[in-house]
Amino acid sequence: MKKEMTCIVCPIGCQMTIEEKADGTYEVTGNTCKRGPKYAINEMTNPTRVIPTTVVIKNAMLPRLPVKTAEPIPKGQIFDAMAVINQVVVEAPIKTGDVVIKDLLGLGIDVVATRTMDKC
Amino acid sequence: MIYDVVILGGGPAGLAAAVEAKNGGAENVLILERDRELGGILNQCIHNGFGLHTFNEELTGPEYAERYIQKVKDLNIPYMLDTMVLDMHDNGDLKAIHVINEENGYMIIEAKAVILTMGCRERTSGAIGIPGYRPSGVFTAGTAQRFINMEGFMPGKEVVILGSGDIGLIMARRMTLEGAHVQAVCELMPYSNGLVRNIVQCLDDYDIPLKLSHTITFIHGKDRLEGVTVAKVDEKLKVIPGTEEYIPCDTLLLSVGLIPENEITRNAGVVMDNRTNGAIVGELRQTSMPGVFACGNVVHVHDLVDFVSEEAVLAGKGAAKFIKGELDNEITFTTTNGDGIGYVVPQQVAMKNVEDKVTFYMRVRQVFKDKVVNAYIGDQLIATKKEKKLLPAEMVNFKIAKDILAQYPAGEIRFVVEEAK
Ligand SMILES: Cc1cc2nc3c(=O)[nH]c(=O)nc-3n(C[C@H](O)[C@H](O)[C@H](O)COP(=O)(O)OP(=O)(O)OC[C@H]3O[C@@H](n4cnc5c(N)ncnc54)[C@H](O)[C@@H]3O)c2cc1C
Ligand code: SF4
Repeated sequence: MKKEMTCIVCPIGCQMTIEEKADGTYEVTGNTCKRGPKYAINEMTNPTRVIPTTVVIKNAMLPRLPVKTAEPIPKGQIFDAMAVINQVVVEAPIKTGDVVIKDLLGLGIDVVATRTMDKC
Repeated sequence: MIYDVVILGGGPAGLAAAVEAKNGGAENVLILERDRELGGILNQCIHNGFGLHTFNEELTGPEYAERYIQKVKDLNIPYMLDTMVLDMHDNGDLKAIHVINEENGYMIIEAKAVILTMGCRERTSGAIGIPGYRPSGVFTAGTAQRFINMEGFMPGKEVVILGSGDIGLIMARRMTLEGAHVQAVCELMPYSNGLVRNIVQCLDDYDIPLKLSHTITFIHGKDRLEGVTVAKVDEKLKVIPGTEEYIPCDTLLLSVGLIPENEITRNAGVVMDNRTNGAIVGELRQTSMPGVFACGNVVHVHDLVDFVSEEAVLAGKGAAKFIKGELDNEITFTTTNGDGIGYVVPQQVAMKNVEDKVTFYMRVRQVFKDKVVNAYIGDQLIATKKEKKLLPAEMVNFKIAKDILAQYPAGEIRFVVEEAK
């Protein structure tokens, strides 16, 4: 089976073709770097995404702190993840990279802050 | 105090330009920013996908901004926040920058060189004139982005998005993740104005329909938005009667383009390019006014911040050279957009300032498949760039080595889209 896809790992967006061989391996063409084939094979077997979102923060200049999953999580679990992330309330000060949720949904992946916010 | 280089705007362009100017030998550098913090529009772009080219890792907007803010702090470059630049004048050797802030009121700051990095703003519905009412619930996508990601308000629950620019696509996903229902993204053109990766990960992932060749013909609702009428358009972008469809919604997001923020530039008398809506610039982003440089979205709208930072390095270098009296101003080449190309930046090249290559940024006017972009001087083909697909949404960056350009004494470099040979 042959499938056309756009690599979304970086904004270059290479147009790739992935073909499943008889022996179950995949051949990928059209990529510019080696991240492309990795993404293409993942997309066929277990599509995953990084989720960037926000959590409530207290005592900071703004009421929301941007966060992301430190690694991509399975696509099918995005809304379950959002339900958990939306329960979280943190307090300033927070530094970029601080863990906001440990081991999200038992996936072994943390949710981390993506900006520094001082107390005020 | 007279500054060497003053930077108007503390977004990614301003930050990278400041760092480069300082590293290039400018001693007194100052950044002026009207917002309460540095980082520009990146502070609200919480999604990932920034910096893969610059840092070789995938960052979110705030993370990308923080890296540059840190560099500015490490170099002890001063900045003034909540400080609005009103005007800039050329007083011969010095530029006079008129600013206002709460602490000092009105002030005039003097500088040997100025870098314009005011970014761009979003087009609003008024500017494109949709018939109907102006109820609450109509926002630009960027305003909605700021509300949700920074202030923590949800603008609404049932959403229609007009325009498929990147901010609109990103917001379609963002609103969906926060529990809203995005009914459709309507795009007037037969192609999207956003990056393909954003269509895949923001629309396709969530089964949000992209209605190409569609527009909104009426906005319904007097106090709060109640719905919109959507219709299909023909090749001439005229509404096809009988294709109208009513979509109930409480929120309409507009993602219909960005305009460089150039009131200061125009008032100062800098020569503008009506293709980019930005200043005409050279290879080191020098404008027509000696000592005034410009980079980032104020020069032309960039889709990737990595290219903004790349351009800002040129402007920072240029400003540092200027104050040391090392900037050459003899223009060797001008550039122009031929068939299929909408604009080219830089519009001028002074070869004596070129180190090893010149990167020309340009946008195509329509979607092209399996074509090439060719660069000509006169009828001499000097360089070719192959692209599988050329999209108006994706800026082409075309590098030409100094050695190639140096073979020609002067002239006009013309970029055209042509069949691959
Ligand atoms: C709403 C919106 C969303 C965007 N989302 C994305 C995205 O998701 N991904 C992406 O790659 N690109 C995005 N872009 C494009 C993005 O703007 C550029 O990638 C990049 O941020 C441009 O950098 P800049 O420094 O040129 O402009 P900006 O980031 O806009 O910075 C300009 C700065 O100048 C300041 N300023 C302006 N006028 C004055 C004045 N008179 N006095 C003092 N300060 C002033 C502004 O407050 C601002 O901080 C978006 C643009 C907009 C408008
Ligand atoms: S293949 Fe590499 S260069 Fe191409 S889009 Fe994917 S990550 Fe980017």
